[in-house]
Amino acid sequence: MSSNQPTWKSLRNVSFRNRTAYFEPVTDNPLQNVLVTERIPRRILGSCPSTGRTTPVSNTTNISDPLSAALNQLDPLTEFSHEEMDPLSKMAAEMDVIDKAEMLKESSKKIKENTVPMNSWSNRKAAILQKYTTSEKLSMVTSFLLEGEKVVVKAQSTAVDKVQHRLEQLDSFEEGPQRKLDLSQSEYIYKINELNRELVTAWNNQQRVKALKIAIQCAKMLADTDVLPFYPSKFVLVTDILDCFGKLVYERLRTKAQYYKPGSKIPQPLPENFTPDMVSDSAKETCLNWFFKIASIRELVPRLYVEMALLKSYNFISSNECPEALSRLTEMIQGIGNPLVAVYARCYLCRVGLNVVTSGTHTGYLKRNFESFLESYQHLFGRSVKADLHRQKMSLSTYMTLYTPALDYIMEAVVCHLPDSVLPELLARCKQYSNSSLILNTIMSGFNPTYISERTLQFLNMIVQCTDDGIPLHSLLRTLGLCVSVSSPPLEQRKQILNGVWTNIAQLREPAVYISCVTIWIQFIVQHFSSTEVNTVLGDVIDRMLPLRYYEKFPYELKTIVHKVVEYTSDFESLLAMENFLPIIDLFHEEAAKVEVCKLILSSNFLSEQKTNDPVITNGLMFLGGILHDSVNALTPEDENRQIGEILCNVVRTVDYERDFEQQLQFYVDARGAFANLDSVLAQLVHCVNLLAVNTRSMVKGTHSRKTGDFVRACAAYSFITIPSIECPNIRLKLYLISGQVALFNHCLGQADACFKAILSVISELSPGGNTETFLVPFTKKFLSTLLVIPDNPERGVLSLTRNLLNILRNFQWARENGSLAVLYISAIDLLASMTQDDYSYHVDRVESNDALYGADPRFVQEVDNMTSLVIGEILGMLKELGSCKKQAQLAIDLFLRVVLRGDLNVTQVNILALNLWNLSLKSGYSDIKYLWRIREYLLNSSVDREGLKKFIDKLSIS
Amino acid sequence: MSINLDIRLKRADKVYSEGENISGVLLISSNSDFKHDGITLTVEGCVNLQISSKNIGILEAFYNSVKPIQLVNITCDVCGPSRLPSGLTEIPFQIPLHAKPNRVLYETYHGVYVNISYSIRCEMKRSFLSKDLQRCQQFLVQYKPDSSNCPQLPLKNNRKPITFELSPAKLTTGASGAPDFLLSGHLDTVCCSITKPLKGHITLVRCVAPVRSIELQLVRVETCGCAEGYAREATEIQNLQIGDGDVPQNIPIPIYMVFPRLFTCPTLLTTNFKIEFEINIVVVFDNNHLITNNFPIILVRE
Repeated sequence: MSSNQPTWKSLRNVSFRNRTAYFEPVTDNPLQNVLVTERIPRRILGSCPSTGRTTPVSNTTNISDPLSAALNQLDPLTEFSHEEMDPLSKMAAEMDVIDKAEMLKESSKKIKENTVPMNSWSNRKAAILQKYTTSEKLSMVTSFLLEGEKVVVKAQSTAVDKVQHRLEQLDSFEEGPQRKLDLSQSEYIYKINELNRELVTAWNNQQRVKALKIAIQCAKMLADTDVLPFYPSKFVLVTDILDCFGKLVYERLRTKAQYYKPGSKIPQPLPENFTPDMVSDSAKETCLNWFFKIASIRELVPRLYVEMALLKSYNFISSNECPEALSRLTEMIQGIGNPLVAVYARCYLCRVGLNVVTSGTHTGYLKRNFESFLESYQHLFGRSVKADLHRQKMSLSTYMTLYTPALDYIMEAVVCHLPDSVLPELLARCKQYSNSSLILNTIMSGFNPTYISERTLQFLNMIVQCTDDGIPLHSLLRTLGLCVSVSSPPLEQRKQILNGVWTNIAQLREPAVYISCVTIWIQFIVQHFSSTEVNTVLGDVIDRMLPLRYYEKFPYELKTIVHKVVEYTSDFESLLAMENFLPIIDLFHEEAAKVEVCKLILSSNFLSEQKTNDPVITNGLMFLGGILHDSVNALTPEDENRQIGEILCNVVRTVDYERDFEQQLQFYVDARGAFANLDSVLAQLVHCVNLLAVNTRSMVKGTHSRKTGDFVRACAAYSFITIPSIECPNIRLKLYLISGQVALFNHCLGQADACFKAILSVISELSPGGNTETFLVPFTKKFLSTLLVIPDNPERGVLSLTRNLLNILRNFQWARENGSLAVLYISAIDLLASMTQDDYSYHVDRVESNDALYGADPRFVQEVDNMTSLVIGEILGMLKELGSCKKQAQLAIDLFLRVVLRGDLNVTQVNILALNLWNLSLKSGYSDIKYLWRIREYLLNSSVDREGLKKFIDKLSIS
Repeated sequence: MSINLDIRLKRADKVYSEGENISGVLLISSNSDFKHDGITLTVEGCVNLQISSKNIGILEAFYNSVKPIQLVNITCDVCGPSRLPSGLTEIPFQIPLHAKPNRVLYETYHGVYVNISYSIRCEMKRSFLSKDLQRCQQFLVQYKPDSSNCPQLPLKNNRKPITFELSPAKLTTGASGAPDFLLSGHLDTVCCSITKPLKGHITLVRCVAPVRSIELQLVRVETCGCAEGYAREATEIQNLQIGDGDVPQNIPIPIYMVFPRLFTCPTLLTTNFKIEFEINIVVVFDNNHLITNNFPIILVRE
């Protein structure tokens, strides 16, 4: 001991409460990540439980191919110009948004009144825009487009063109001649948006007539079905403009129609729910003028549309005007010769009507609209439609699908707003047109699914009897399937339904059509039938998909099938009992899709609820897990890694052989082999094996037989071998520590020692850094507390582990200013002081610690005290190095406490050291005086049986 | 210094009938007080007739336009020469609307050859150096149906619905080249109230060729008497499409037309001129062949 080393003598025989470390296996840790085992059932097809209504997706599946999606989007340049609106129209647009919000509020109020999904249109809008697209050129006739764009639209090639173009530009003032433009779809959409902005700008610039003209021109676009596939989208876009126009007119009339409250002289804007007699004469006059103007629009389609857009404004004139107009317009639509245009006009009428008519008594027009469609149904197959289809090279069945958005909306409106008693009546009417697939389809998607599914057989018959070439059979089957999966058909019919449907599905030749039907119907089958039937169906799917590698084309559909099967199967056993289930997985050709499916299966909820020890299931699990594991490579994103890790951990936890520990260990060995690349799984395995070891110990109540002893040693060896292959050093450290503790608990001293030594070597290899430090400090503290009970290895010197640890810590590249090392040293003082006691404060059951080994031999105590004084010397050196700062003061007071509580104050040097430390922290000026008072008080209280301490405290001054 | 003169009528729709009082306010605003030599109000109304250039030469048509028939001319002084303060001055007025002797007030009507219009004019005389101020305000006249001297046709009780059938055989003109078709239709009445829309329906029973459009044409027939005899001119007021494209067969399509204001008035038959109306139902086929069917109608105000 060099001369500058402080002398240390530990205070011994302090009466600690004696504690024995008592390990108890726990299954739950409050800090563990919350694992959600109960799943919120996913909503099926957006069905709204409150009303039991569905928005069934009809016919072709809704996967948009990337090309058309790209077409839908505007190119970045146009998008840019979009954003650069001039401030005025921007303001207008913002106003628009506010208005819309108000409208929404209004309509939400209405929803409460009527319990009707009024916003269903906005939901549909997006779907329609996505589904009905075209790559053909669209034409637009308008005179309201800005100059700049015309040049962009068409490159002028010949000189004649150029001259003509310039002339056109010259005379294109506001009332300029109308031009026909050929546009691509995205340009078209852009133009329509531009028209919308133009309309708002014109309106805000007091050019009401121009606004009306724009509205009329827009409505005119709806009269022509040049490009059929785009028509539904066009309808959505144009009616948006009309809605906007209608709102502008309505709002202006409303602000104009100020009224005087009885008794007050200040004009007020009309309340939302005004009555016509509150409206002033001048406002009525303006309103009448609007309607006179509209009534003289020459062409039928624009006249109808604009009147529908302004329908709400009829309320200013009189309250019975609106219902009358609704039924009149319903009849007038008969005059539209093109059935597609007519049905969309009806759709718009219903939509506007629902916004306008608030009371339930005037909703007869909804039913009338549907009936009118039925009456003119045969017209769909008329000569002009045929000619049109021939010209555009479109098949009749595709043409029919264009009707579905409008018809579905009308149907939904009818069903929502009329009493249920109307349904049978409508159904009866439809039977008169029993051979019409389109109507059947509409009814099945529009009516309440419970109603449909109660009559599934009846509908099935009607479907089979459908002979016209409208909506194809598979689409009808799909629609029916959707109803059936939402609401279950009566029990006694199920078998018959399955047979009926399956004969039809089996006859479908086209694989795409076949698989799309199966994806829908599989839910019904899984829900109501045993695994035998499901197995048969799956077998059929495999048979149909295998030839010509069809399965490569339908990964999405196959995934849906697997998903449905998994969702409705209650346990894994029955899933794997179907011999066709795993072969289905093999159908997934693409790696990514396969992984998705495996994830889906392995993360299904029954897995977290049940334990299994069935070899078949285990095998199945390992097979699926293996696929997942093999998908991980260096390029896998971290989150994906984490997800797969979690799933595999879950798999590992699911397999449970209960009392057959050896089998269990064998499984863990296999799992380690199979899932070697994932840190989280390896960590889970180590934990599992540790748990196994602890369980074994509690089985034999602490006394191992030879066999169990061997087994726990095998467990310890497993852990020791597994841990090094984990990449993250922090996890490795934690696992070493816990494995060491478990080994110690099981009396495997050698294995424990190996683990602890491994900890030392890992620490020495740690790379310094902020994160490492924040981990290392608490970890080392924990390790130190374990070190107390570890008996010394007789082959090495006294406290060799502790000594080595301190050396390694000393050599670690700590950030000086944190003083982390000093903190650890101070903790080491605690450990060392505890080691000098005659009887340690805690023990591991049946493991003799150093207190028993050395029996508090004076030489041992001296050795330990020497170490302590070395440590204190180090700390003092560090304190000096830190200089006067808050950290120093804090460390000083911490060290002071250790010295006072752990040291023997009767030794003068210790006494002086303590006093110096006290003064150092006091004088530095960084200490909290209140804290120092508290410490003094505490020491005073605990000095009852320590004379030396009492005397010492008197020397502590605080001022 | 600027003076603004305005006439504001009390009725928002500006519609009056014979014997009623036209009441309103004169609004005079100025940023300083000023002097004037008297304010007068004049109510005028007349029928302007013009001879079509089809019947006689253009120059003659220009010069020979028949003298306007004045129906009403009332002048009253609002106030004599005085000073008006700066700011806004409101002078309320009320003038009873009475026709000149031996004349009746016809309804306001704007046509091609016949125009019947009414206005109220306010004039403010100023001193020698500054300009006189004038302001004119149009107003409308409508019949009061139950009054004794109403000039409209006595209501004959011919409000029976009319049904009609059209086929190539029944056409007087345009039958040749027309495809085989049968149209049946129905009009609620041809003696229409001017405030109510014309209603009815038309059904395409059969047609071998597609229809392009079914239209409803409102036509005015104006007759002006003059020295050389009289001229009868039929011109279109408006043309509404009621059927667009190849309309479904055997489904009634509504006939519905609102009579436009100002451009229509109750059918008027006087010694000097006549205003009558007709409806044409026009069917255009895909080959641009066109057939029309004419229905004279009588408009009344009730």
